[in-house]
Amino acid sequence: MTAPERKRVLPPLVRRVFFALAAFAVVVLLTLVTDEFTNLRIATIGYYLIAVAGLTLLTGLTGQVSLGHGAFMFIGAYTVALLVNKVPSFPLWADLLLASAAGGLAGLLAGAAAARLRGPYLAGATLALAVGLPALTRRFPDFLGGSNGLSFTVHSRPSAVVGAVPELRWQTWIVWLSVLIALVLVVNIVRGRLGRDFRAVRDDEVAASLSGIAVGRTKILAFLVSAVCGGLAGGLQAFLLGTAAPGSFTPALSLSLLAAVVLGGLGSLWGALWGAVALVYFQAWSEDLADVLHLNTDVANNLPLAVYGVILIVVVLAFPRGIQGGFHRLRGLLRRPAEKKENHENH
Amino acid sequence: MRTTRYGAGFLALALALTACGGAGESGGGGQQAADSAVGVTKDAVVIGTHQPLTGPAAPGYSKISVGARAVYQAINDGGGVNGRKIDYHVEDDGYNPTKTVEVVKKLVLQDKVFAIVGGLGTPTHSKVVDYLTTEGVPDLLVSSGALAWDNPQKAPMTFGYQVDYTREGKIQGKYIKDTFAGKKVGYFTQNDDVGRDTQAGLDQFVKDQTVVRQGYDSANTDVTPQLSALKAAGAEVVVCACIPAFTALSILAAAKIGYKPQFVVSSIGADPATLSGLLQDFAKRGGASVSSGQLLAGLIGTGYLPDVAQTSDPWVAYFKGIHDKYIPKEPFTNTVLFGMVQAYTFAQALKAAGPDPTRQKLVEAMSSGSLKGPGLTPFGFSKESHAGYTGAYVFKINPDTTTAVIQPPSVTDRGTGAITAYTGERATPEQVNLLGK
Repeated sequence: MTAPERKRVLPPLVRRVFFALAAFAVVVLLTLVTDEFTNLRIATIGYYLIAVAGLTLLTGLTGQVSLGHGAFMFIGAYTVALLVNKVPSFPLWADLLLASAAGGLAGLLAGAAAARLRGPYLAGATLALAVGLPALTRRFPDFLGGSNGLSFTVHSRPSAVVGAVPELRWQTWIVWLSVLIALVLVVNIVRGRLGRDFRAVRDDEVAASLSGIAVGRTKILAFLVSAVCGGLAGGLQAFLLGTAAPGSFTPALSLSLLAAVVLGGLGSLWGALWGAVALVYFQAWSEDLADVLHLNTDVANNLPLAVYGVILIVVVLAFPRGIQGGFHRLRGLLRRPAEKKENHENH
Repeated sequence: MRTTRYGAGFLALALALTACGGAGESGGGGQQAADSAVGVTKDAVVIGTHQPLTGPAAPGYSKISVGARAVYQAINDGGGVNGRKIDYHVEDDGYNPTKTVEVVKKLVLQDKVFAIVGGLGTPTHSKVVDYLTTEGVPDLLVSSGALAWDNPQKAPMTFGYQVDYTREGKIQGKYIKDTFAGKKVGYFTQNDDVGRDTQAGLDQFVKDQTVVRQGYDSANTDVTPQLSALKAAGAEVVVCACIPAFTALSILAAAKIGYKPQFVVSSIGADPATLSGLLQDFAKRGGASVSSGQLLAGLIGTGYLPDVAQTSDPWVAYFKGIHDKYIPKEPFTNTVLFGMVQAYTFAQALKAAGPDPTRQKLVEAMSSGSLKGPGLTPFGFSKESHAGYTGAYVFKINPDTTTAVIQPPSVTDRGTGAITAYTGERATPEQVNLLGK
């Protein structure tokens, strides 16, 4: 936000809502011209986007590293699963709101502990969350379904559209609508006063505290917002796939979310989009590649991870600020070829 | 805010790029017509499966699709079933239910498979049964012994394959009661349907003898605490309802603490060849070398398919021929044979569905009760039942890791019915004559 002041016609919130609507229109258009399975992938990008965006806010803006964000997705997913099974009369939007709230509550607790921890200690504590929380399902097998997890069907299509819109397409719309609403709120936070506090805490805690920012409270708030995003992402995943099982929320999920943040561009919400796209499509492409090349199983199994790792290394070497940083530099070069020095901006 | 404008452009561009997977409308969800023949063309049939090629269940189980693929290749080289080649799509789900849902939707929506054959795993496959029912996709020969697949009312497209865990538990329980009367029994079971359903069968016979029940989670490979508890309780017979990796881990953990119970292992984890490999592998990682023959000798297991060591069995000989020709570098294990029998059974059903197969005809062929062999006990398939193999035999592992049958095949039901010896005839490969006219 170091951009020079420009003439602004609309207040920021209205403008963001407008962009969100435009983005939604783009998604709807995309789902209409692609087949149903591609719709599923677009929806998958959607819920990863909000999870990665939450983590971006936490790690990129306040400098708190979380290796356990999958745990908040776990909470969101099980909240929706339990609500659909036990309180079927609840509307979907209420289930999703409660999933976000449950994630937020867990984030508040985790954040309270995290505010006292730094660097590797924080990373370790959050990793423990990702490792330990899914084990709850085995402690309460009757309630949470044990290792089998819970399965259910979410009926979200109003009867009027059942014949007109295929299930997956409708679900994709719901996912993206929820994600875009959440993103508008997140952008407002990031660009507002709280966002400035976040960055101040990241850059220098002492200086921030001297300027009157309550450092501990700010860190907890960052955890809260980020966990709400994680909870929503998990809830949307459960809604989309009709399942919640501990095997889906391994520490590997948390690590790939963090990798997506770095890949997309640390600290940029646009970066979260590239990270989410990469999560879904690099995996799919490398699997297709392994298929086409008829590799033996050992190679084929490890190819997706290897490709992901190589891309991560290349991107970070070429653009230390991730894909979004790369776009940024490209744009700078195109726009101001005369200017020798380029201003790196923070988003 | 000036980035937003460009951002919106990038968003559109990025999504447009990612969407290039396929344009054009597909008809869309909803119940498919019963006479649908999606995936069937003049000269091919596309089928799909989800398997754990990576992840906690991959040791052992990743070889099932290797065996199945070899049989499909043999069938295709022999001219196919009714002139159609079988195009077999294997998707890796890593034993992760989220991934299972995704890959099964991919198989149905993108690859447009005629049927799902041998989808593996209870926690994984249970998440896609409703979807496959709604879409009207035949869901045949699920690789799991959970009771859930035998539910023709709620899941009319789904059929089991293995003997279910309760039937197997009953046969094990009766054998233990007859052979080890008065000895203390301990259960060591996987903490899910495998454990629950197995115990329901065991409890009908050995509840009074049972002194301890322990469980394991596939995410935690340290089973020493459970084995110590079994030892402390004085269990002389340990029933292990375990997948292969955990059978091997239990045997090693028991050896480590100097505990020598009589192990009785379910068919899912009692393949001597797979166990030998895993024992060597795990021991090597722990910096030790073991004699798998010594560790496995005397182990009792249950099974329903012929053992690969029984080379005189016509079906074993038949599949060994396919193995030698198509996958000679792969060890010929009972796990590979499991995949081969599964593939062969599907091909039988496809043939029975006639020269113009539809999904409905395939399901009718499965329920007709006409599928015989290669298993040693019969399938339970009928209009009213979608149960797979209905019984098991009991075997003991010899010091050279071959096996000896110590109780011939017997069959039972999933309730409290009696266990009876099975004396029916099996069809031979020549009688089935899959590739003939």
